Amino acid sequence: MAKHKLQPDNWVDLYADYLFNYAVSRVSDAEIAKDLVQETFFAGLNSAKNFKGDAAERTWLVSILKRKVIDHYRKINSKKGKAEVRMNYSSDSDTEGDWLEQQVADPYSKDGDNVLENEELGSAIQDCITKLPRKQALVFKLKTIQGMSTEDVCNELDINPSNLWVMIHRARTALMGCLNENWF
Amino acid sequence: MKISCKEASSICDKSQYKEASWWDILKLRIHLTYCKVCQAYSKKNSELTSLCDRAGLTMLSEEDKKKMKRDLEEKH
Repeated sequence: MAKHKLQPDNWVDLYADYLFNYAVSRVSDAEIAKDLVQETFFAGLNSAKNFKGDAAERTWLVSILKRKVIDHYRKINSKKGKAEVRMNYSSDSDTEGDWLEQQVADPYSKDGDNVLENEELGSAIQDCITKLPRKQALVFKLKTIQGMSTEDVCNELDINPSNLWVMIHRARTALMGCLNENWF
Repeated sequence: MKISCKEASSICDKSQYKEASWWDILKLRIHLTYCKVCQAYSKKNSELTSLCDRAGLTMLSEEDKKKMKRDLEEKH
């Protein structure tokens, strides 16, 4: 098997959005997530000599980011001091849910599953986006994720609207094919 | 009133971003009544839109990325 090589110059273009999504879904704060991604890149650079080339570059960076997320939670926990558990018998409810038994999570709720599934869906889509040609990926992301207007995207990338729609069409067709097996 | 499949898919793409005029959408609707190929494309296209919505994707702004690149190069 060919050994993987690190190319830090391409990291931001190739992996920043993927890692950012990963981080946001775990810390739920865009600013913190951004910092964690940046720290991950720095740590990657610093320990580049330890990279054995067994894993793909992105997998390796994700494993660093995982550590950073754990460290982040350690840090905020130690700051808050030892967790103090205070149990108020429901402060806001009027009548219902006074009993502890009524306050536990509904075991039949599907919320947790949905969150997990959406996270998987998110990384599946990100995976497929990284397989697109760079400019197509950028146009697709600006339109679909950022929700930018066609005019703004055209100005920013110096293309005309018909170029833009051709790229959108190709990107969407490719994504449908790529996501096909698992998600449609 | 008749449009080609190419036009139909282009209107369909635009409508995913709410950028198709009602007149175009009408033409697309008519086309879809008899064209199986575009029906399939249109269905998948809307599904892709809802998948993207459901996934709650986010991305870094270009400025953030530029800054990251600068910082990385400094350390590099």
